[in-house]
Amino acid sequence: MQIVVCIKQVPDTAEVKIDRKTNTLIREGVPSIINPFDLHAVEEALLLRERCGGAVTALSMGPPQVEAALREALSLGVDQAVLLSDRAFAGADTLATSYTLAAGIRKIGAFDLILCGKQAIDGDTAQVGPEIAEWLDVPHLTYVSGIDEMILAEPARITVSRLVEGGYEQVRSSLPSLLTVVRELNEPRLPSFRASLRARTQAITVWGAADLDVDPERLGIDGSPTGVSRVFVPEYDRQGQIFAGGPEDQARALVDLLRSTRLI
Amino acid sequence: MSQIKLVSDRCAGCGECIAACPYNAVALENGLPVFSGACNLCGACVEACPSGAIERLAAAGKPAVDKASYRDIWVFAETRDGQPAKVVLQLLAAGRSLADQVGQQLCAVLIGDNPGGLAELLIAHGADRVLLAEHPALAACRDEPYTAVLARAVNQYRPSIILFGATAAGRSLAPRLAARLRTGLTADCTGLEIDPVSGDLLQTRPAFGGNIMAAIVTPNHRPQLATVRPGVFKPLQYDRSRQGEVTRLAVSNGLLAARTEVLGFTAAGGESVSLEDATVIVAGGRGLGSAENFELVKELASLLGGAVGASRAAVDEGWISYAHQVGQTGKTVSPRLFIACGISGAIQHLVGMQGSEVIVAINKNPDAPIFKVATYGLVGDAATILKELIAQLRSGS
Repeated sequence: MQIVVCIKQVPDTAEVKIDRKTNTLIREGVPSIINPFDLHAVEEALLLRERCGGAVTALSMGPPQVEAALREALSLGVDQAVLLSDRAFAGADTLATSYTLAAGIRKIGAFDLILCGKQAIDGDTAQVGPEIAEWLDVPHLTYVSGIDEMILAEPARITVSRLVEGGYEQVRSSLPSLLTVVRELNEPRLPSFRASLRARTQAITVWGAADLDVDPERLGIDGSPTGVSRVFVPEYDRQGQIFAGGPEDQARALVDLLRSTRLI
Repeated sequence: MSQIKLVSDRCAGCGECIAACPYNAVALENGLPVFSGACNLCGACVEACPSGAIERLAAAGKPAVDKASYRDIWVFAETRDGQPAKVVLQLLAAGRSLADQVGQQLCAVLIGDNPGGLAELLIAHGADRVLLAEHPALAACRDEPYTAVLARAVNQYRPSIILFGATAAGRSLAPRLAARLRTGLTADCTGLEIDPVSGDLLQTRPAFGGNIMAAIVTPNHRPQLATVRPGVFKPLQYDRSRQGEVTRLAVSNGLLAARTEVLGFTAAGGESVSLEDATVIVAGGRGLGSAENFELVKELASLLGGAVGASRAAVDEGWISYAHQVGQTGKTVSPRLFIACGISGAIQHLVGMQGSEVIVAINKNPDAPIFKVATYGLVGDAATILKELIAQLRSGS
């Protein structure tokens, strides 16, 4: 089976701090990583390939340095990597990003399954996966926590569990289809020595706008309906009461107060 | 140059565009519509197409949108077990205030097998109108037919804004609809306002992993779509005296095509975590230092009859499951009492709990941002203070 995994290179947002004087993000020295949810998508693609045969293509969009993320995917064992990189793609919101990725997937060729992480940790939108599915006119299933059944004989279909409020929904989709996956799905592997060696010299395909069958007006910032109007650090100032004394005194003051105000 | 364009891989060859064209400019060739020189780009076929296969592109590549022709605020009335999802009543409150501000109607879009009985409830919670689409094939919220029904309704009624709950269903459906309509969608909003100058919806959301807040706009496209984080807005009081009308949407077979099938549902077993409903939450963070110390949080929560919450750091450490996470990537809560133990108060956490009535912060660093939102602060080692609190509550002193 042919599987495409979409990955995003993201700053490790857990390492991002705010400069409280200028109210801006301190990005310097923040390492770039593969979006953690996408690693679960890569892992599932590799597991499915081991079970069903076929090939896995890792796909990303971004500036040239995203090659590092794709090389990491190669070192995990994906068969080939494609980077969509062009100044025309810059400033894309989820609609323009999904449009461009969908065009990249069309160019890669026939596919049975597209896997994405449920969302990226820098944007947290969870929109690009379903939007890709719409552009490609395939069904999509989000928040997939388990693949229960996969049948490649016609009619090809996949049955999954979705993590939804209060439990798990069992859903079946025809193939080809797009899934976005959550952490519970699997435990991502570490790079293998052999694959890492091979990944070092493996070629990464790079396509620009001219290589894709795209409407230039749908790319990048021009193709993005949404824009950021302003960015700010919220100001909180509740001017609360700080209790004095050691642990025992403070605890007593709090318990007394919560009791007298009937909060407990 | 403006043009009408066919996205042929989506076209079902149904011919609705031919019937809709006032200029006789559309004909079918090889099962696909072809637009002749008689076309004046009116867009009637764009609206008539049940599969969203026809687009109108403006000179600048942006859809030619006459913003003033889009009116009203819609709320997607997601249902669960035959009831509106809790977030729907919250969305109606948010939508009501936006609708009043711009002098437009608030509509709830209710889709399902036989959900009409809920219309009265939606009206009593603020809706002026309920758009109702009923069909057995719409029993489960499946993205393809729901997208088709909504896209059809949007083309017919042209709402300015559509709000969805940022639930599993809402966050799956809204992006499919946004891509179908070629419009903007903002995820997981925690604030909604109308910009008094442009009239655009200002959609506030945590960005960059919740380290900063961003206001997002959709300036040149309509409708403006947003998913809204559950727990942020408070529902309006149920008011039977509110008046509203119910309008039925036609559900043709062409809208019901689906390649997915819902087979069943398994409730999550084991621990029940109902943070959203708890009146008391005790939450722990990295400052507790160990899984063993995190047990103190659970102990205090149980003593107070409350629920256990956690910061992302504590979940990442593996001290407790993700179901307990409060914050940008977890849940938004607003209990009467929130006790934050060893939580420094990153914005991504604060956005999930700042709506709590009384916030108690326990942290060894007196400059930690958590104290900025705290009603009461205790400065010291969180584990030590927790042990004190537990001892005093146990002794009843």
